[in-house]
Amino acid sequence: MRFAHRHLLGIEHLSQSDITAILDLAEKYVDLNRQAAKHSDVLSGLTQINMFFENSTRTQASFELAGKRLGADVMNMAMQASSIKKGETLIDTAMTLNAMHPDLLVVRHPHSGAVDLLAQKVNCAVLNAGDGRHEHPTQALLDALTIRRAKGRLHRLNIAICGDVAHSRVARSNLILLGKMENRIRLIGPPTLVPGQFADFGAEIYDDMNEGLKDVDVVMMLRLQKERMDGGFIPSEREYYHRYGLDAAKLAQAKPDAIVMHPGPMNRGVEIDGTLADDINRSVIQEQVEMGVAVRMAAMELLARNQRDAA
Amino acid sequence: MSNLIFTNARLIDPETGTDSTGWLHVTEDRIAARGESEAPDTGAQVIDCGGHCLAPGIVDIGVKVCEPGERHKESYKSAGLAAAAGGVTTIITRPDTSPAIDTPESLEFVTRRAQADAPVNVLPMAALTKGREGREMTEIGFLQDAGAVAFTDCDHVVANTKVFSRALTYARSCNALVIAHPQEPGLSNGAAATSGKFAALRGLPAVSPMAERMGLDRDIALLEMTGAQYHADQITTARALPALERAKRNGLDITAGTSIHHLTLNELDVADYRTFFKVKPPLRSEDDRQAVIEAVRTGLIDTISSMHTPQDEESKRLPFEEAASGAVALETLLPAALRLYHSGQLDLPTLFRAMALNPAKRLGLDSGRLSEGAPADLVLFDPDVPFLLDRFSLRSKSQNTPFDGQRMQGKVTATYVAGQEVYRRP
Repeated sequence: MRFAHRHLLGIEHLSQSDITAILDLAEKYVDLNRQAAKHSDVLSGLTQINMFFENSTRTQASFELAGKRLGADVMNMAMQASSIKKGETLIDTAMTLNAMHPDLLVVRHPHSGAVDLLAQKVNCAVLNAGDGRHEHPTQALLDALTIRRAKGRLHRLNIAICGDVAHSRVARSNLILLGKMENRIRLIGPPTLVPGQFADFGAEIYDDMNEGLKDVDVVMMLRLQKERMDGGFIPSEREYYHRYGLDAAKLAQAKPDAIVMHPGPMNRGVEIDGTLADDINRSVIQEQVEMGVAVRMAAMELLARNQRDAA
Repeated sequence: MSNLIFTNARLIDPETGTDSTGWLHVTEDRIAARGESEAPDTGAQVIDCGGHCLAPGIVDIGVKVCEPGERHKESYKSAGLAAAAGGVTTIITRPDTSPAIDTPESLEFVTRRAQADAPVNVLPMAALTKGREGREMTEIGFLQDAGAVAFTDCDHVVANTKVFSRALTYARSCNALVIAHPQEPGLSNGAAATSGKFAALRGLPAVSPMAERMGLDRDIALLEMTGAQYHADQITTARALPALERAKRNGLDITAGTSIHHLTLNELDVADYRTFFKVKPPLRSEDDRQAVIEAVRTGLIDTISSMHTPQDEESKRLPFEEAASGAVALETLLPAALRLYHSGQLDLPTLFRAMALNPAKRLGLDSGRLSEGAPADLVLFDPDVPFLLDRFSLRSKSQNTPFDGQRMQGKVTATYVAGQEVYRRP
């Protein structure tokens, strides 16, 4: 299969078959990752640089592990601590990187579009690990793989995305991906966090969670992004939990076999009840983390193939 | 001493709203006569226009020249050359320099620099409040004596209503024109796009178009209170138009402008975070753009400006949210405006009413007309010649134009200021 993209900047640019190709390849890596010997040589000799302009533990670890398991030489650069503090611009950083000849660049940045900008200026393949409130494509892909494995399909499902949609790149990427795969999507949250223009994406909007969760197959919770809020979007965390926190009573509205997802890290007792998050019969949150490594391995392999073909 | 006769010209006269073939005679710095029949033999130097358009030179309210402070972005010399090449014969400069033009001394500096270096007329505006900080009004009377033609804090909204109402009241006593940026700052703070599907898709912080109407509504209420002379720098949304219409009907001394970018581009042009399309207020929806064009046609919106804002490469080569706002437009104002002529939406007299006659009238200038006795500030242009815009061909020191690489139609052949040729297309 030929993956006709130089970078993975967002779900917006992917077709149904691109998405399916990544997920199919990721399945192979799920199996590999469950063996004792987890090593492959697909990326051997290639250099992967993880550049995080914003704090991250989970995503960075997941990308690092994915690269190492595929045999790449992986380097982490903690950008929030270094050159930007010294006044270096993103373009200068890109030029510096070019001189190091990396093959894969994994970037997270607090501003929407910054990863696109960087991708225009570097010579290697760029994976977007989250830019501002724009996109987080590997998160949407790992969520898709999790859903497909739990539900046996990735189409014609009723999927609820709940909480802080406005500030969430995870929500945008998921909304685009799940829409492309022909699912019905509901967005649930207070109107300050779920603005009306999201209806233009073909989603149904609910501000009553009990109503919104009725008969859904998948409940996707979002983290309340306290660090992105520059004013009062909600009156208090306890009122938010009361109205929009997922607990057993609200989940009872969904289909009996509905799964519960969360991109992490969770605010237990704010958007999700702790016991529910740990309920292995409903929650697939651990599985999401596992799928994350596999999906990132698949995406990097596809982009690296292009790099090798071009060389 | 000029003694010129333009023959075989398509005369664009915004005053009478006519577009007709004829001749125009210039002696010294004024228009001496014009006519439609055979040109008389006056012994003047004959300039055969070859059927091209001869219109009053453009009067552009709200041009930023970056002196003092950031001369590497734009100087009076480079701005003046760009204006001449764009058919702009009078630039009304903004005080949002660093430091701001808020004292008679700094205004005199600007005037001196302009006189020494710019080939076109330069009339400066001064800040309405000191440092454009919205706290204390500037010396409006002294600044007027020093030559300030209007008072504005540019894109800074005077958020404190008491300060703004006092400044308006005081300005009224001086007969001074106040130019404001209608915007509710509480809503627009930090915004890089107009809220809607596009901003949501791109994940950009956005402002509701309603913020413009709220700002305008407040300002209109203050005008009712104070009776000041007021011009809104840029009206860019459909929602603000009924309020403007009502205010005019109620007899308030209010006019409004819009920018060439809001007339010819919309929010989707930002595409993949192209920062040359980041302007303030942000580009709007196509519905808003159409409504604004219609308002220019009916005259509800009085003026069109370039809102020329030079920015260097460094301040634009940043993630969209961090990048500076603004675009250069002195040289692209006319060809961009001609897009509306070629699309059949606005005729040439209407365009020059908004680009020359109305801005001149609002500032009490004699120009912007093709009548006998008017200053011989003229632009001769071929509205049809097609070209591909290369931003590095612009005369401005900064080349941050959103029209780079775009197909445009219409080029200036020559520009005259007070009867003197200041530009001829090579």
